Amino acid sequence: MNRILSKHQLSDDVFQMQIEAPLIARERKPGQFVIVQLNSDFGERIPLTIADANASEGWIRLIFQAVGKTTHNLAELKPGDRIQNLLGPLGTPTHIERFGTVVCVGGGIGVAPLHPIAKGMKEAGNRVIIILGARNRQLLILEPEMRAIADELIICTDDGSYGQKALVTAPLKTLCEQSPRPDLVVAIGPPIMMKFCSETTRPFGVKTFVSLNTIMIDGTGMCGGCRVTVGGETRFVCVDGPEFDGHLVDFDNMIKRLGAYRPHEAKAHEQCHLELARRTQESKP
Amino acid sequence: MKKPETLAHEAEQLLADLIPRQAALKPKDRIAIPAQEMPTQDPQIRRTNMQEVALGYSEAQARVEAMRCLQCKSAPCIEGCPVRIQIPRFIQAIAQGKMADAIRMIRENSLLPAVCGRVCPQEVQCQLPCTVGKTLKSVDQAVSIGRLERFVADWERNSGGCQTPEILPETGKRVAVIGSGPASITVAADVRRAGHAVTLYEAFHKPGGVLMYGIPEFRLPKQIVEQEIKALESMGVQIVTNFVVGRTRKLQDLLDKDGFDAAFIGTGAGLPKFMGIDGENLVGVFSANEFLTRSNLMRAFDRERADTPIVNARRVAVLGGGNVAMDAARTAIRLGAEAVHLIYRRTEAEMPARVEEVHHAREEGVQFHMLQNCKRIIGNEHGCVTSMECLRYELGAPDESGRRRPVEIKGSEFTMAVDTVIVAIGNDSNPLIKKTTPAIETNRWGNIIVDPQTGKTSMDRVYAGGDIVLGAATVILAMGEGRRAAAAINRMLAGA
Repeated sequence: MNRILSKHQLSDDVFQMQIEAPLIARERKPGQFVIVQLNSDFGERIPLTIADANASEGWIRLIFQAVGKTTHNLAELKPGDRIQNLLGPLGTPTHIERFGTVVCVGGGIGVAPLHPIAKGMKEAGNRVIIILGARNRQLLILEPEMRAIADELIICTDDGSYGQKALVTAPLKTLCEQSPRPDLVVAIGPPIMMKFCSETTRPFGVKTFVSLNTIMIDGTGMCGGCRVTVGGETRFVCVDGPEFDGHLVDFDNMIKRLGAYRPHEAKAHEQCHLELARRTQESKP
Repeated sequence: MKKPETLAHEAEQLLADLIPRQAALKPKDRIAIPAQEMPTQDPQIRRTNMQEVALGYSEAQARVEAMRCLQCKSAPCIEGCPVRIQIPRFIQAIAQGKMADAIRMIRENSLLPAVCGRVCPQEVQCQLPCTVGKTLKSVDQAVSIGRLERFVADWERNSGGCQTPEILPETGKRVAVIGSGPASITVAADVRRAGHAVTLYEAFHKPGGVLMYGIPEFRLPKQIVEQEIKALESMGVQIVTNFVVGRTRKLQDLLDKDGFDAAFIGTGAGLPKFMGIDGENLVGVFSANEFLTRSNLMRAFDRERADTPIVNARRVAVLGGGNVAMDAARTAIRLGAEAVHLIYRRTEAEMPARVEEVHHAREEGVQFHMLQNCKRIIGNEHGCVTSMECLRYELGAPDESGRRRPVEIKGSEFTMAVDTVIVAIGNDSNPLIKKTTPAIETNRWGNIIVDPQTGKTSMDRVYAGGDIVLGAATVILAMGEGRRAAAAINRMLAGA
């Protein structure tokens, strides 16, 4: 189990892996995630969303960005290698039904967790409008897959290298101003993007779901490391979420909590780069 | 405090004197033998390391301590042990120096002697009714059953591994055990001994439950837990990690589709309680579960090797007065905190923590603040904890539990500068099985309701025990529950 079946680089730091995981593939639903740990003794446990799965072939697809030590080490693995520990599916699945018109907004790597949700929404009979955002054209992922689902696809880049030169909130606002308004918005991406998407839809009263990406350890509800304030109450992202009503989430607190280990992370990241450089050096003849 | 070598030397001299007249020892002679002190690491040294605090008896100390046992016919100690270890028998074997016999006798009833000898609250269980303690009018003077159990378990491990208990012929029946803490380990062993196939499912990457993630290395070395769990594998129990029942597979599917004849739920009380006060989600506030999981299971205390980070806490407040609070406070000391304050709203007399743990914590420099409680946590512009506002309390009339209720003193607010707050006010039962298995009945605290005689739940062929039934309790009570449920499962499978 947990054998890597294939690996593709989607952009500079973004990788896609297909992993043999029949039990997870059988049970998973859109919106759920896994915990990955590369080494039982000293490795850390990191959450990654299940971007796709095939129950009959027994695999799941993970898409991740190499941002620190563990994700860099994961990106170093090759087809045939195994991931030591893979736990899932975790989290409460997305509530999918026929809402009417659903706008799915994905920013950066957030397009990966958005993909199964958009697909589920389409299959449930919704009209699906997709807004994809990235810093530039190279960082845009899953465009063909999303295009295949979308009734309408809008692309935004920060530098204007592809699609509109805009933030995703600009077309989102336009859609909210139209009549009839969208029935639901699902926004997944960096916390700051989800915050501003929620602020964009709030004045229009358009229900907005966000998928939160907090720090996690166990992912099963036994530590509260992932807790957030939602509507004034403490909730655990790993069991109550990861999806919440964006209009109720205290994003400022969440963003501060995400930064709690920044110095530790920076140090680990630097050591990891030195190690990778050393290995590259050694492998040269 | 005497040095370990001194204690060992004194015991050797005493033993040399006792052995020749062992057969002739009268009860009053036995009662006159001095209780053997547990050698420990020096407090000033141990507060800088994660190694075990209590070092264990020497062989001479164990034999001298064992000779204090009166071999009472009524054996009240056995009644005090939830898994009914044959205490006088194994202690007599130790007194005679027959260590292999002693451990074999223990293993008839317990698969975790090295663990229980270390973490059971013996002063309120087997040692409470001990005749020697009663005669000397102090439970502290009772025969140290726990230390003796620990001694022989360690002796066995150090002399070449654990014996595998006898297994009855295969029955072809299959039992799923959910969770791998003390209750589940007991069930797995007892059901396997009866010849049924057992699969143990654990959500974490390592089995052991609270023994792995909760109790720190300095009280319970993880290597010992791992070796005691290996005994299960040597019996043929299949252990599946990274499998969370309810998510990876529903309980109903294990029974209906995967061919299990019965299931036992031992998923524990792993849901941390928070206080619901302002500032609880600031950066620097942790549940004790998170703090201890990072340090113990993820080994974050080993800052050089572990990938999981742990906060560089300088001034720490731990809220609570149980064993978990002591473990968190003592862990914070070892991670290099300058000051660790333990805040408890009642007095030391009401603290649920073991007296020994409180004593150790105090020796290591934990500062105790009784009759105080945190009212709100205050942070800076970065969302990080800077201080706590606390209130003072006094004890009022007894409440329904019989403990005097703490009453806040109006206007007694004061602030305490801290950068880390660890909340250790208890755990609720893990909600995942309840959430994903509608057929399971639970009470208003989320604990699974079972028949007290058999551990049977409202669901056909499904049993439960340990903290998921009791609420947060102790290792040995969980084992006692597991033992009873296993017996009921074995009866059911034999009848079917």
